[in-house]
Amino acid sequence: MTEFLQQLINGLALGSILALIALGYTMVYGILRFINFAHGDVFMLGAFAGFYLAPKITRVLPLPSVAGGIAVLAVSMAICAALGVVIERFAYRPLRKQPKLTMLITAIGVSLFLENAGQFVFGAAPKRFPEILPSFPIATLGGLSFNSNQIVVIAVTGLLLIALRFIVLKTRMGRAMRAVSFNPEAAALMGVNTDVVISFTFALGSALAAAAGVLFAINYPSIDPLMGILPGLKAFVAAVLGGIGNLPGAALGGIIIGVTETLVSGYISSTYRDAIAFGILILILLVKPSGLLGKKEIEKV
Amino acid sequence: MSALLQLDKATIRFGGLTAVSELDLQIGGNELAGLIGPNGAGKTTAFNLITGVYQPTAGSIFFDGQSIVGSKPYHITARGIARTFQNIRLFASLSVFDNVRAVFHLHLQGDVRHALWRGKGYHAEEKSIADRVMELLEIFQLGKFRNEPAKSLSYGDQRRLEIVRALAAQPKLLLLDEPAAGMNSTEKVELTRLIRFIREKFSIAILLVEHDMQLVMGICERITVLDHGVKIAEGAPAEIRKCPKVIAAYLGEETATND
Amino acid sequence: MNFRHAKTILLGALALSFIGLFFGSQISSYPLFVSYNIGISIIMAVSLNLINGYTGQFSLGHAGFMAVGAYTSAVITNHFGELNLFTANAVFAIALLAGGLAAALTGLLVGIPTLRLRGDYLAIVTLGFGEIIRVILQNMDAVGGARGLSVNHAWTNLFWTFGLAAVTIYVIASLVNSTYGRGFIAVRDDEIAAEAMGINTTKYKVTAFIIGAFFAGIAGRLYAHSTLYLTPNGFGFMLSITFVVMVILGGMGNTVGVIIAAILLTLLNEGLRAMADIEHLPGFTVERPLSWLQDAHMIIYSLLLIVLMLTRPQGLFTLRKRNN
Repeated sequence: MTEFLQQLINGLALGSILALIALGYTMVYGILRFINFAHGDVFMLGAFAGFYLAPKITRVLPLPSVAGGIAVLAVSMAICAALGVVIERFAYRPLRKQPKLTMLITAIGVSLFLENAGQFVFGAAPKRFPEILPSFPIATLGGLSFNSNQIVVIAVTGLLLIALRFIVLKTRMGRAMRAVSFNPEAAALMGVNTDVVISFTFALGSALAAAAGVLFAINYPSIDPLMGILPGLKAFVAAVLGGIGNLPGAALGGIIIGVTETLVSGYISSTYRDAIAFGILILILLVKPSGLLGKKEIEKV
Repeated sequence: MSALLQLDKATIRFGGLTAVSELDLQIGGNELAGLIGPNGAGKTTAFNLITGVYQPTAGSIFFDGQSIVGSKPYHITARGIARTFQNIRLFASLSVFDNVRAVFHLHLQGDVRHALWRGKGYHAEEKSIADRVMELLEIFQLGKFRNEPAKSLSYGDQRRLEIVRALAAQPKLLLLDEPAAGMNSTEKVELTRLIRFIREKFSIAILLVEHDMQLVMGICERITVLDHGVKIAEGAPAEIRKCPKVIAAYLGEETATND
Repeated sequence: MNFRHAKTILLGALALSFIGLFFGSQISSYPLFVSYNIGISIIMAVSLNLINGYTGQFSLGHAGFMAVGAYTSAVITNHFGELNLFTANAVFAIALLAGGLAAALTGLLVGIPTLRLRGDYLAIVTLGFGEIIRVILQNMDAVGGARGLSVNHAWTNLFWTFGLAAVTIYVIASLVNSTYGRGFIAVRDDEIAAEAMGINTTKYKVTAFIIGAFFAGIAGRLYAHSTLYLTPNGFGFMLSITFVVMVILGGMGNTVGVIIAAILLTLLNEGLRAMADIEHLPGFTVERPLSWLQDAHMIIYSLLLIVLMLTRPQGLFTLRKRNN
């Protein structure tokens, strides 16, 4: 039983990270009907931003510390938010009127560029992410043992989700986002500046991915330029699983995949771990393509 | 005597919306019929039912004596129903010639393997197809455009090409979805002549969905009127013109747009 | 393209490559190796072009089919020891068919679930399949798993490589230019209209996958018997992307363009690798000063993709104007 709970917590931690990345996918898809292939690499860049930031932050705040950790997280998120806006502006915006396939190919190009330029600039060898948060093992009754970092991941993710919900439901920008995802032309006619909304969406999604990157690096301190590929793909599956375009769905999908993967890896076989997400993807697309919480889209003839 | 196309209480529901409700429709072998109604009446939906794009939630559809409910669109086309679309749907990257030629695969003797191996029979068959495509194009004065990309044609020519492409399937029933959309009066006169010509030359039945009343009243022998998915009237043009229910349905639309 | 003399051209190409068989031993091994890569790239790009370009099913898992063909044929030929020329070629031919058919079967398995999917989803799912194949191979100890599989016989030669490339080009080009083949393009241009015109879009899509996969399997077999060592990771997403870039650069649905792109990009890749291997450059004291170029080809590919899409999405060699 303790083994199970142990794995469950591991799964939740992983799932939280996937959820954060999945939210970015689903938000961009909701607004643009476009899968930002490069999103997983923003996750990687978040981790690297944290890596290079940490030594700089020590001049102002001590590390590891709560304040320092939060600072690293926040600044990384800001950097990646800006990056997301830049990518959208220069690689995707000019193509908005082109067939979706063109944008997809560009996104693949951006993703590859980030990965390979990353290898070039950062070096392909894995780096050790510094400790930015004080961590301590938590041992509880019943023999469960896990690390505070895992709780941090889950907690921070929860906080970010609440903040996101607030933004989407209660702010003007959030309303604008929802309007554009519902009907871009109508929103534009209503006076919504779609360009600004799209930029904001990219910024928001990228910030979340960066947060995921830093949180991931806190728990698994080995980072390398290709680390975003698999989590990116799995997060995409999570978004589809939850119903692409649906925010709570993306979070739910992330958790499900994180938990499933960890449980299967722990109890059945760890070598097939990476294929599980893809298996789920194929299953979902065959059985319920609109996802668990998604709506069916009918094509007009 | 059963009609070529027979719909009995055909119904389709999308979630809570009943787009077409218990439609009875019959088209005879060489009839030129019309389907009209205000916007949103369900005309294109009816077309989609007949061509298998949608499956009816209730009722039956018989074509040439056989039920076509549950058949895939390509299968129904092979049986003898071809259509054009409200928004022109040509194969954009193919030439005028190839747009028509692509449909001739329906009449191919061989299949993939023939195309791969290119034995003796292959060349003869391809030549025969090429001849028949040109013949069809020439009849409609599109032969001179044979190698042009389909989308480079004028709007009117594109509409004509779409009709020619549908005819390449050698249908027994031709469905035309708003063929006069976007045409000026000269083009519409030409279209009227064209439709009558097609009916004579190919001895087929034609079912027309149109908004232009003058056109429909001018060509069609029999007209069915839909409103909100329900058939409200049916008969010869003269009767329909005077039918109060029809006038009310269209006027209702008029007043709505005048608000 | 005019295909009245297609068969003659094919036979001519086969004859030429047969002659190449005898010169093979006289060319030093590196240019030979590059030629094999060119031939393999051509086969992969042209076969992918059928799926992506002509039928419009954007597949990102083509390397997976190549892997299936490579492993299948390697397993078969590894069973045999030293053989004389005739038997060797016979066995090679059997391995060819087996590899191709295994890959074709995989193509069928991949094609079917993807039928209802469009654009982005299709791409990701095919990517997923490519990864699944890789993971399965990694876990199959019978073929070496993650450690890889050694291939015992270096049977790939110029005849097989360019002969098969010629056959691939002939088959796919003839197919697409026939009346039947126009259906593929119709499916790509407008699926709904195609269905309405009597084209069984399902059958066409699956057929494209099967045929495309078959030839990828053949390329895999050529690859296996020239590189002589197979690892599952060598057939991953990055490799699939390489061929996708060729198809896009050449123009989706433009066989000639794709062939040129395949040749150019392979040469570029080899050129970069050769430059990276240069031991000494005047003015630099470090050994292998250009070694960083080795991995530069991926950066170049990625920038190429972005720039192409922004400026000339129809590919470098297509005469058609941009869709606006």
